Amino acid sequence: MDSIFGVPTQALFGQLLIGLINGSFYALLSLGLAVIFGLLNIINFAHGAQYMLGAFCAYFLLNKTGIGYWWALLIAPLAVGLFGMLIERTMLKQLYKLDHLYGLLLTFGLALVIQGLFRNEFGSSGLPYPIPEALTGGHNLEFMVLPNYRAWVVVASLAVCLGTWFVIEKTKLGSYLRAGTENPNLLRAFGVNVPRMITLTYGFGVGLAAFAGVMAAPIYQVNPLMGADLIIVVFAVVVIGGMGSILGSVLTGFGLGVIEGLTKVFYPEASNTVIFIVMAIVLIIKPAGLFGTQK
Amino acid sequence: MKSKKTLLAAVLAAFAGGTAHAQVSDGVIKIGVLSDMSSLYADITGPGSVVAARMAVEDFGAAKKGMKVEIISADHQNKPDVGTSIARQWYDVDKVDAIFDSPNSGVVLAVNQITRDKGKALIVSGAATADLTGKACSPNTIHWTYDTWLLANGTGNAIVKTGGDTWYFLTSDYAFGHALERDTEAVVLKSGGKVLGKVRHPLNTQDFSSFLLQAQASKAKVIGLANAGGDTTNAIKQAAEFGIVKGGQNLAGMLVFISDIHALGLEKAQGLIFTETFYWDLNDQTRAFAKRFAPANGGKYPTMTQAGVYAGVLHYLKAIEAAKTDNGTKVIAKMKEMPTADPLFGKGRIRQDGRKIHPAYLFEVKKPSESKYAWDYYKLRATIPAEQAFRPEKEGGCPLVK
Repeated sequence: MDSIFGVPTQALFGQLLIGLINGSFYALLSLGLAVIFGLLNIINFAHGAQYMLGAFCAYFLLNKTGIGYWWALLIAPLAVGLFGMLIERTMLKQLYKLDHLYGLLLTFGLALVIQGLFRNEFGSSGLPYPIPEALTGGHNLEFMVLPNYRAWVVVASLAVCLGTWFVIEKTKLGSYLRAGTENPNLLRAFGVNVPRMITLTYGFGVGLAAFAGVMAAPIYQVNPLMGADLIIVVFAVVVIGGMGSILGSVLTGFGLGVIEGLTKVFYPEASNTVIFIVMAIVLIIKPAGLFGTQK
Repeated sequence: MKSKKTLLAAVLAAFAGGTAHAQVSDGVIKIGVLSDMSSLYADITGPGSVVAARMAVEDFGAAKKGMKVEIISADHQNKPDVGTSIARQWYDVDKVDAIFDSPNSGVVLAVNQITRDKGKALIVSGAATADLTGKACSPNTIHWTYDTWLLANGTGNAIVKTGGDTWYFLTSDYAFGHALERDTEAVVLKSGGKVLGKVRHPLNTQDFSSFLLQAQASKAKVIGLANAGGDTTNAIKQAAEFGIVKGGQNLAGMLVFISDIHALGLEKAQGLIFTETFYWDLNDQTRAFAKRFAPANGGKYPTMTQAGVYAGVLHYLKAIEAAKTDNGTKVIAKMKEMPTADPLFGKGRIRQDGRKIHPAYLFEVKKPSESKYAWDYYKLRATIPAEQAFRPEKEGGCPLVK
């Protein structure tokens, strides 16, 4: 058993691992989308742009102030999260009573504006960002060299995803959040400041996107368009997982990363469409998504 | 309709005494720069190509000669259907006389056919496929800057000669990548090398790790990157991460532009070898051009394709002046007839198949310690003489060549 369909098993292990690594980006991003949709009912199409902003934030911190990767992991999500809250306070707030479509259009428009401005300023070929000193190099795992940085991406992403799931599903704060989506008026009667909670939640979701952006900066170029295509894929991940399902989006993120990775071995030409094929199949069989519940 | 207008213009011109711009349809020479304005090729071509076209019109002194030249531009988004509908709109409605640049071989092959049908002019700088002067050659098209045959032979030969005789290709999955892979493979095989495998990735891929692992597993000495722009920079950057070069395999960027090197940084890009036909730091004239160009292009120095748009527009306007018409087919014929001379590519000529001939250069990217000033990135390794740089006219299979 050294090969499956002509692909050496050794190589296959490598590809599975790569799939997991890419899946961690999908998971982080779709988690943010799911949190925002679950609690605000807003389809946040600016998520890709916010991911890009995170990467740029890290780039600026390094090149303008000399602040390195580790602080950027903390500062960039805070800064971009604050920017997100500003958007929520000034614009999104007006749309809660309207159809989902308006939120989608607004955030999509915002994404185009932000990406356009950055592209105009920084061009389309991207800017370099080095891998932090402590994580350079890699380990030889026999079947492949695992770059230390990529191993870190998987670990960090898993930790953040599980942490978020725990907070939302298992803590008192999380129960407020979930109650706020079910029945905001009742929650308000208990003396909880619902609008502030919603603002903070949006800020948190956006911060997650920025966090993923900082994580991505050393692997991909810091590029104004880095989130433009990704958002579509991540949106598909959320749909497959079930809109608003936290655990669903995380599991689907990792799972689809692996499926995409395997496609790159067996039929590379289809690697950028396979996720949408899965989406179509899932929507036919289970319209609410794999982990979603019909309301 | 069109011919009526031309006739009217001609009659009017006869009465006016026949000035240089007499036969120019509707009194304006309209140039359309059709390019990738927003995606992965935008820094290689895009807005910089428009800047270059504008500079050429200025340097030609169109206004002084009483010629009215107008430049418009559009984003084809790397989609052939978008590109062709813009081209049709330009030719039919907006009275565009010539289209320039057009990166993306898929788009340009389609626009090539439309230009021929409408009897207009297409001067290609951004796209690479050598088929434009081969089986798809047209009396209405000139291919200016470079092509896949040049890249394959320039870079491919140099690498095989230094011992890189087994190859694995990472190929961009469309007309350009296929042509570049095909031409490079031919060179490798001809020089006694072997191709161990290839993988085709979708255009504009972010993550190359999976493809790189496959290339690594092939144990080929050389991993040939038959892609461009953001795809090339991402592949190079990620190859470093997976220890590919440290493991003894070498990367061959088959098509690399100065904007890619700038994006990668010298630390990551040092030592790369590739072929180009223009570099801003070649001589006083190219330096003077770059110093004028950069401020108008957000500080970014010109790539070879942008230089090609400049030189192409200049020669196009000279041909209109000489032929006293802006009829596409006639101007292209005149462009082929006249020897070319411009500050960026020097003296040259255009062959019957539409191939513009000039020298090419094999460059190596400098180490960070060797770079003395901004954008000081290349060392010249070898100059390929004009007559050897491009595919011999007879081998292309162009029906125009008798």
